[in-house]
Amino acid sequence: MAEEKIGVYICHCGTNIAGKVDVEEVTRWAAEQPNVAVAREYKYMCSDPGQDLIKQDIQEHGITRAVVAACSPTMHEPTFRKAAGDGGLNPYLLQMANIREHCSWVTIDGDAATEKAKRILGAQIHRLPLNLPLEPIEVPVNPNVMVVGGGIAGIEAALKLAATGKKVYLVERDPSIGGHMAMFDKTFPTLDCAACILTPKMSAAGKEPNIEMLAYSEVTQVDGYVGNFKVKVTKKARYVDIDKCTGCALCTEACVVRKVPNEFDQGLSKRAAAYIPFPQAVPLKATLDPTRCLTLTGKKCKQPCVAACGPAAIDFDQKDEEIELEVGAIIMATGFQLWDPTPETRYSYGKLDNVISSLEFERISNASGPTGGHIVCKNGEPPKSVAILHCVGSRDENYQEFCSRVCCMYSLKFAHLIKEHLPETEVYECYIDMRTYGKGYEEFYKRLMDEGVHFIRGRAAEVSDVGLTPNEEGHLVVKVEDTLLGVTRRLPVDMVVLSSGLAPRADAKSTAQIFGFGCSANGFYLERHPKLEPVSTVTDGIFIAGCCQYPKDIPDTVAQAGAAAAGALALVDNATVKVEPTISYIDPEKCSGCHICVGLCPHAAIQYNEEKGVAEVIEAACKGCGVCVAACGSGVPQQRGYLDEQIFAEIEGALAL
Amino acid sequence: MKYLYYPGCSAESTGKAYDISTRTVMEKLGVELAELDDWNCCGATSYFSTREIDSFAIAARNLSIAQQQGDDDLCVICNACYTTLAKTNRYMAESAHVYEQVNGALNAVGRSYDGTKPVRHIMDVLINDVGLEAIESKVTRRLTGLKVAPYYGCQYSRPIGSFDDTEDPQTMDRFFEALGADVLTDFPAKLKCCGGMMMLTNADVALRLCHEILKSAKDMGADVIVAACPLCEMNMEGYQPRVNSAFGTDYNIPVMYFTQLAGLALGADPKQLGLGMQAVSCAPVLAAIPA
Amino acid sequence: MPSGEKIKICQQCGTCTGSCPTSYLMDYGPREVIAAFRAGMIDKVVKSNTIWLCTSCYSCTVRCPANIKITDLMYELKRLAIKYDLLPKDSKNPAMTKYFIDNVSKYGRNHEVGLMAKFMLTKDWGMPFRFAGLGLKLFTAGRLPLAPKQIRGKEEIAKMSAYLDAQEAKAQ
Repeated sequence: MAEEKIGVYICHCGTNIAGKVDVEEVTRWAAEQPNVAVAREYKYMCSDPGQDLIKQDIQEHGITRAVVAACSPTMHEPTFRKAAGDGGLNPYLLQMANIREHCSWVTIDGDAATEKAKRILGAQIHRLPLNLPLEPIEVPVNPNVMVVGGGIAGIEAALKLAATGKKVYLVERDPSIGGHMAMFDKTFPTLDCAACILTPKMSAAGKEPNIEMLAYSEVTQVDGYVGNFKVKVTKKARYVDIDKCTGCALCTEACVVRKVPNEFDQGLSKRAAAYIPFPQAVPLKATLDPTRCLTLTGKKCKQPCVAACGPAAIDFDQKDEEIELEVGAIIMATGFQLWDPTPETRYSYGKLDNVISSLEFERISNASGPTGGHIVCKNGEPPKSVAILHCVGSRDENYQEFCSRVCCMYSLKFAHLIKEHLPETEVYECYIDMRTYGKGYEEFYKRLMDEGVHFIRGRAAEVSDVGLTPNEEGHLVVKVEDTLLGVTRRLPVDMVVLSSGLAPRADAKSTAQIFGFGCSANGFYLERHPKLEPVSTVTDGIFIAGCCQYPKDIPDTVAQAGAAAAGALALVDNATVKVEPTISYIDPEKCSGCHICVGLCPHAAIQYNEEKGVAEVIEAACKGCGVCVAACGSGVPQQRGYLDEQIFAEIEGALAL
Repeated sequence: MKYLYYPGCSAESTGKAYDISTRTVMEKLGVELAELDDWNCCGATSYFSTREIDSFAIAARNLSIAQQQGDDDLCVICNACYTTLAKTNRYMAESAHVYEQVNGALNAVGRSYDGTKPVRHIMDVLINDVGLEAIESKVTRRLTGLKVAPYYGCQYSRPIGSFDDTEDPQTMDRFFEALGADVLTDFPAKLKCCGGMMMLTNADVALRLCHEILKSAKDMGADVIVAACPLCEMNMEGYQPRVNSAFGTDYNIPVMYFTQLAGLALGADPKQLGLGMQAVSCAPVLAAIPA
Repeated sequence: MPSGEKIKICQQCGTCTGSCPTSYLMDYGPREVIAAFRAGMIDKVVKSNTIWLCTSCYSCTVRCPANIKITDLMYELKRLAIKYDLLPKDSKNPAMTKYFIDNVSKYGRNHEVGLMAKFMLTKDWGMPFRFAGLGLKLFTAGRLPLAPKQIRGKEEIAKMSAYLDAQEAKAQ
């Protein structure tokens, strides 16, 4: 082993590290370690003066290897490797020792933390002489972008990107884009009509030549890497030729199956088996429901839809179609689902009539909804009193611990709509804390107080239909402690609206897996950094926007969609992108050609060379996960930057004290 | 099928019929019950009020005996006993301190307990071990047309909730459906508190709570209320006249241990079910069931 | 009290009080008990009627969004009230609790007739008259045996308590 000159740079990170670890002591200790030529500490090593220390030492002291003991490499390894490169050192001759997340933040005792910091740093000092210079791999970038999810977030991101001239594939699972926003009547706090502001965007997305819309389609597989994703999309059979269909809806009128619960109306109305989800649908095309259509379920039907269809667009033989698309970047905008209030049995949802979910109320209050916008109970009568219960399933260790952010505001919006439609109706809002944090929100809250809504500070205990007094008989009764009075109240009302929180989609985890990133503990997609990279994921080239990341209102969603579009553009607007060289390689002299690694590689990055009888790594496809390295019985595949001898040296270093 | 059996103190007095009918029903179903040897009071709610650890210790004496007596699960009929005994297991598992203190106390009398004896509510045994199909096959007198209000009581599924939902329990509904009854599944008072011990100390509070339950049952046209706890049964049945005088009502609703009604469906003689011990006559129930 | 520290995360939502079948009679509802506990005003609630009106129905406990074991907290406060003799004058519950425990310590099981008799004699003279009709019915039906059942191991109950007394003394 050649004599190396190692520079050690220990960061205080303000008090993040220095508050627990005795940085001076660690520096003193480091200076005495073999090969260490210089050991320095600094308050914020990531600052310009901190980085300059490394550059100067390379240039003035001839440092040949460097280690920065600071935060997680996912945070600042790129920063310091760039500094090393600027100083004239190969960036891969610099290592990070994580003494913040792995040490100071998680260790209670200061002495123990100092000891641990030495071991973490010692591991890197010990391995550094074995580091080899590496060069980043430069690959071409496909300029196209895929947006997954056609709600307001996906539509906005797609339109922004299309405006820059990039080709965008907009994939939507349902037959129409529009998402949840298309179901709303009004939006808070300005009370803009949701359709008035959303429909133009939906329509623009439908007409935009740079957007290829793939509605009623789902992503099934994603391969490749930043700048070069290969995405398999299944276009589900609509059993309607969309090139011929004019959206006239005559098939839906002709269809004999008429009692299918309408998803768009939360099941409050019925639709036919041949249907267009709502009048403003984009694309405005009919779909035959394969689970309900008589012909498609093998039953007898005279097929009046076929007779009704002028352009002969109905095609019972249509099959699901799988296509493969190549894109440089992907934006995930898969949205949320409403938290289903059924498990909160004490609120009697699904058991008592007129206990409804918030989305059901959205539809009831919507002019194009099942009641034509008349707010009425199940018997068709307008309610004389309504209780709106906040925090259903939210802020609760038994269900969702987080606050969904939008429920207070949409509940206020509901109260306003009721007061607007039915001025004589009494409205009660049962809340724990009123969270009106956005622009114009507090003013809206004040307005509702002024409109005569009753605000009761207390989370509702239960909803029943048991009247104990004559004025309760025949009503729903909400039991709630008015905590400001210290009195338990029984509110006789005609309708109860359950303001459920927003939940991650049921398949969020499996979807994230397909795309190769993860979810937070609460089930929403995990962003790369909660503050500085809220729209990026750990997978380069894949961005997130809207409620799939966390519950948020429409303004925040639209802002995030723009940010994600900018992130994607910043990538695909380049001809090439540099990817990490820390990938695996297989020595053809040693490989026995047993095939084990070929089948195990999750990225299809290993192929078998029949001619030579050995496995070969496709460099551009390898993501450096290390599966092949661990799997090979002979230890032939090795990962650059994580060679066996480097790992062993780290272990020895950690145990050396 | 064999169980160790913990009757509880009430089974020796006010709840005698619960014990008698339980033994009859289990025999009809071919389930063997071996009474726990020299069992003591579970401690009930009162014991928690002295020193928490004492309540766990005296409950654990029973569980320790159960562990010595055999490998069978311990079957309990009273809701309060069930909760107290099951809670002891739960807290011994959750807290090392509780575990040590309980064993210290047990050691002082030459016993020990590892916190693992399964404590089973009788309904848990009936539904999950015996099974509704087997029960249905043994019915000789279906309760056709009988409107049954299933009253679970507080400590049936709260706070343990190991065999049924804490807010919307269903097991007793399913059980009586299997016996052919017209179960009032939406009986809104199925989990409402009867007042418990408060009937003796704050009668007006407890009477009001019982009034709510009885009113619900009457509004729904119940022929009979079935209970799974001696105290609930006592309060709702024995105190009906007091409820009537306090609230100007005229309730005369039969209240039975659920095992008594089940026994009738399984063809047991009313005498084997302690029906004569009821304060509100069960004659209308007997008359309403098709022979 | 296992997991008692959970009261620190109470958000004062009032689900407990709203769910409580007797809170309408309480000086302080369960939510206020927790607030008082956190504010260091526990003497107030210990002296109040609240804890003696808890029926142990556990509704608050299973509904609490913070998983606070509120029923257990009520027991804890009852213990404090008994220990420091802070019993409300008009409440009969503490006496009932005491007699119940005396009963069990003596016989190993609760003798319901004995318990009721003692309670009536000391705390509620009017009760025998109100109870007469029902009592007679129950007695003739065989539901009120006069002789208490005694278990063989009844001394064990007292011995275990004595052991725990000693442990508590040691801890202090």
